[in-house]
Amino acid sequence: MPCRLRESGRRSRAGGFVLPRALEWENARSMKRTPLYAAHQKLGGKLIEFGGWEMPVQYTSITDEHRAVRQAAGLFDISHMGEVLISGPGAEAFLNFTLTNDLSKLAVGQGQYTLMCNEGGGVIDDLYAYRLAAQEYLLIINASRIEADVSWLTRQLAGFNRRNQVKLENASDVTGAIAVQGPRVAEFINSCFPGPSAGGTTVAQASDLKKNQIARFHWGNGTLWVSRTGYTGEDGFEVVAPGPMIEAIWDRILAAGEPCGLKPAGLGARDTLRTEVCYPLYGHELDENTTPIEAGLGFFVALDKSNFVGRSVLATQRASGMSKKLVAFKMTEKSAPPRPGYPIWGTGPAAAQIGQVVSGTQSPTLGFGIGLGYVPPEFAKIGTALGIEIRGKRAPAVVVPKPFYRKPD
Amino acid sequence: MAKVPSDLKYAKSHEWVRVNGDVATVGITDHAQHELTDVVFVELPDVGRKIKAGEACAVVESVKTASDLYSPLSGEITEVNQAVVDDPALVNSEPYEDGWFFRIKLSNPAELKALLSPEQYKVQISAV
Repeated sequence: MPCRLRESGRRSRAGGFVLPRALEWENARSMKRTPLYAAHQKLGGKLIEFGGWEMPVQYTSITDEHRAVRQAAGLFDISHMGEVLISGPGAEAFLNFTLTNDLSKLAVGQGQYTLMCNEGGGVIDDLYAYRLAAQEYLLIINASRIEADVSWLTRQLAGFNRRNQVKLENASDVTGAIAVQGPRVAEFINSCFPGPSAGGTTVAQASDLKKNQIARFHWGNGTLWVSRTGYTGEDGFEVVAPGPMIEAIWDRILAAGEPCGLKPAGLGARDTLRTEVCYPLYGHELDENTTPIEAGLGFFVALDKSNFVGRSVLATQRASGMSKKLVAFKMTEKSAPPRPGYPIWGTGPAAAQIGQVVSGTQSPTLGFGIGLGYVPPEFAKIGTALGIEIRGKRAPAVVVPKPFYRKPD
Repeated sequence: MAKVPSDLKYAKSHEWVRVNGDVATVGITDHAQHELTDVVFVELPDVGRKIKAGEACAVVESVKTASDLYSPLSGEITEVNQAVVDDPALVNSEPYEDGWFFRIKLSNPAELKALLSPEQYKVQISAV
């Protein structure tokens, strides 16, 4: 789940328009690179600065790569994301105290989407938690939140009564990850990661993994983890491995998937894909001043488990409502696409600004503008008319059910 | 290397100009459309609007970005190309032909001398 993408068009100092430039050379040396930097260059990736990382926004075009994922398969470098290992007899209790979802539900080899909140119920990060072994957990966290998350977890652990039974390790700097997503991925995943499994869920082959399951596989001289998860709304897998193995894994998947139409895909397509299925992106739908309830993620908040950080605020919101609610809306007339930061207005003679767009784009699959934004609850009903302010003029939109796009069965 | 037709003049901000008497047709270059990729929306100026060289007068939106277009010349907008409003992909597929944006009746033809020649524009885009 990548962090906020920066607008790339800007004016030059002379005042004339300057086209979006791929790279700010002055910043180049201070940016971090994943093990796939050379691979991105070789593939012609347009590299941009992204949360302190030099990452490809696209290789050919965002629309092209988006369509490849929906119709065949796409390959994403997600090595900038963070990995934290929590282990020991106290690990489950510690994670159940710091995360909102109920970790005790996880079998060995299973993962769940969850959130980490502060005392006010505000979201510090959204993440995936996997149970690798009986007392061993892997957290996959946002690239932009690695420092914040590790700092928070460390502080929480220092005050945790069973802290001597918990080991916390930030493995982000030595671990890489790759996502391969699309309806045809199951056709070639087994040739990339031959089974049987050697940890996690017991499977004869990777394609036997069910959604949210994770398994370890021997690969080359080491082992790696493969989960049936993703951020695109398509079937797919995510691979987590030591940094030095990542380039070989990428090349292997690229070769195996090419006959099925696999294309490398950048952060641009990653953003349009997740927006179409209304998956949140930290820094847009989620931040420290927004609760999971307001973001429509109450399903991942287990109020019926033992106490956890932020619980009382979230329970109150569940019971008595909230001041803002995340809605999905679509543009109802031909217009420019909605974008983060655009004001949202009500309609009618007393129309006023009621909120702001947090994510928006022209949907490559649907062909119209789609967006997400926060409005007061009275404007959140499906069918409510909204006005999206684009360059000083209000374009008509309507609140629609989530997600915008669902795979046809 | 992007296409740079030899019968056009160019602005540093990646617009091209085709002059016919005192009327100029304006669009964005092949290099520009290639950088933008996937144009999804075009906003054109109103016919009759008077503009100055360097003034923002149109918007090109790709999937990722909204980009302003600056008129390379001063004058009055006499015609706009509805085709790129109806089918923004024309900007990508035919930047120099059906993907044109607007036409201006020039108020100061001397400004043409300040524009780049095809050779000068080629130098600019190869220096990126």
